[in-house]
Amino acid sequence: MLRLMEEGVARGRGTMALRGLFFRGFQMLIKKPSDVKPSEITDRDLYRERREFMRKATLSVAAGLLPSSLLIDPRVARAGTRLAGVRNSRTSTDEKQTPYQDVTTYNNFYEFGTDKASPAQLAGSLVTRPWNVAVEGLVKRPKVYAIEELLRLAPLEDRIYRLRCVEGWSMVIPWVGFPLSEVIRRAEPAGDARYVEFTTLYDPRQMPGQRHGVLDWPYVEGLRLDEAMHPLAILAMGLYGEVLPNQNGAPVRLVVPWKYGFKSIKSVVRIRLVEKQPVSTWMKAAPREYGFYSNVNPTVDHPRWSQAKERRIGEFFKRPTLMFNGYGEQVAGLYAGMDLKRYF
Amino acid sequence: MKTFTLLKTAVFLACLLPLLRLVWLGFAGGLGANPIEFVTHSTGTWTLACLLVTLSVTPLRRLSGWHWLVRLRRMLGLYAFFYACLHFVTYIWLDQFFDLHAIAKDVAKRPFITVGFAAFLLLIPLAVTSSNAATRRLGARRWQRLHRLVYLIATAGVVHYWWLVKKDITQPALYGAALAVLLGYRVVAALGKRRPSDFLGDPKPSRIRLGACRT
Repeated sequence: MLRLMEEGVARGRGTMALRGLFFRGFQMLIKKPSDVKPSEITDRDLYRERREFMRKATLSVAAGLLPSSLLIDPRVARAGTRLAGVRNSRTSTDEKQTPYQDVTTYNNFYEFGTDKASPAQLAGSLVTRPWNVAVEGLVKRPKVYAIEELLRLAPLEDRIYRLRCVEGWSMVIPWVGFPLSEVIRRAEPAGDARYVEFTTLYDPRQMPGQRHGVLDWPYVEGLRLDEAMHPLAILAMGLYGEVLPNQNGAPVRLVVPWKYGFKSIKSVVRIRLVEKQPVSTWMKAAPREYGFYSNVNPTVDHPRWSQAKERRIGEFFKRPTLMFNGYGEQVAGLYAGMDLKRYF
Repeated sequence: MKTFTLLKTAVFLACLLPLLRLVWLGFAGGLGANPIEFVTHSTGTWTLACLLVTLSVTPLRRLSGWHWLVRLRRMLGLYAFFYACLHFVTYIWLDQFFDLHAIAKDVAKRPFITVGFAAFLLLIPLAVTSSNAATRRLGARRWQRLHRLVYLIATAGVVHYWWLVKKDITQPALYGAALAVLLGYRVVAALGKRRPSDFLGDPKPSRIRLGACRT
């Protein structure tokens, strides 16, 4: 119950301020968490079922009263909705997962402010339905996917990955998604396609951070085509088995676990295959500090701070950072013979 | 006299609030996902804030005529040192956990840490010579010359912050602007003292003092 309430409050801060207020009020009015006997605690799944039942009941009543065109349920796309039919993945790590609360309140998403707490507070303004993702450029079959279609494109998998931020902290995050290669393969890249360029939504009305020129909006990232086709690179639509919260890059984001976190671009609207190496937003902002590859590498320091160690969120002692964030066995081959100090 | 003691006590307690807030947040679990980063940033910004408040005593006193303000200055300066110590200890203990090798590398290799470390070292002689006895031993002139180091320290503090941030320099720029105003006031006052006739018109004794007691 306590955990449920904490989450309620935490999520309220993020996407549903009203719900958060409700929970806080609820908490004060009814009982202090310490007064609640274990026998009274509602099981998390049961709680969700009840809510789902109430929602459906409300909707079916409303259905009788409203014209059907108004019956779009925005909550279907909301964070917290359970994703169905998610498979396990052998690529998952069994390390202790970073709590949901931390994953969803400590975010770098400059479109919603440069403070790490801001995205959880401000990302409620992002509208994730309808949402289209265009796959275009040097491909034989360009296509614009509606997000619903993208969600059904390939089986969803749990992918528990380490995430290492360039700032020197890390998390273990259970993403839900499928390999990016599923999308690219279907588009049939042309022979001269060498790189993939990703672009985040640009809409300063929804993304207040874009009203300030902190970065050159929209946010752009890139991968080499073989990196993009690597089975570890995924498009994520979920977190902890549920629809991705807005502050984590809803409705769809990239996750490239062997690279620093900023490569894993959020709220993607365009995937473009190109011939020349794209210039990413951070390369443009500080070319000496952020390279195109940005592979996690403890031996290549950021010019202003060391990358040798990292603090896992929730832990006191720093731990050594692993080459390619511990995914060297799978991805080192992509960079055979390359000077990684030069191609940082 | 009694009013001043009350006021001084109030300022003393107010300056403790940032620390009490951290302690309270620590117990309430309010330090966020990365508590050590939170404490490091908080103690750092409060060091800078205390330095700026200390540096604003002289301009405020000059502009308002409230000369009693200067009797708060030592305490404010020592609070800057206090928060700098907390900041430093957070880095050495919580962040690096006494990994002297890593710390030495950091200080040598990373400009923002080099500058911050230097600023902290420079604060030490000022804190040590803050007592009345030390002032007497040094003599007012030498004491004042030594304590002008605070201009350098505050500048280093702003640079330290500026070089730390990844991209959004709004915060360090605000501290930098405040510092520029406070130091700019002193530059103007000093120029005024050197050639009062050029800058202040008729050199009345009261105007001359404008620059005489700048610190």
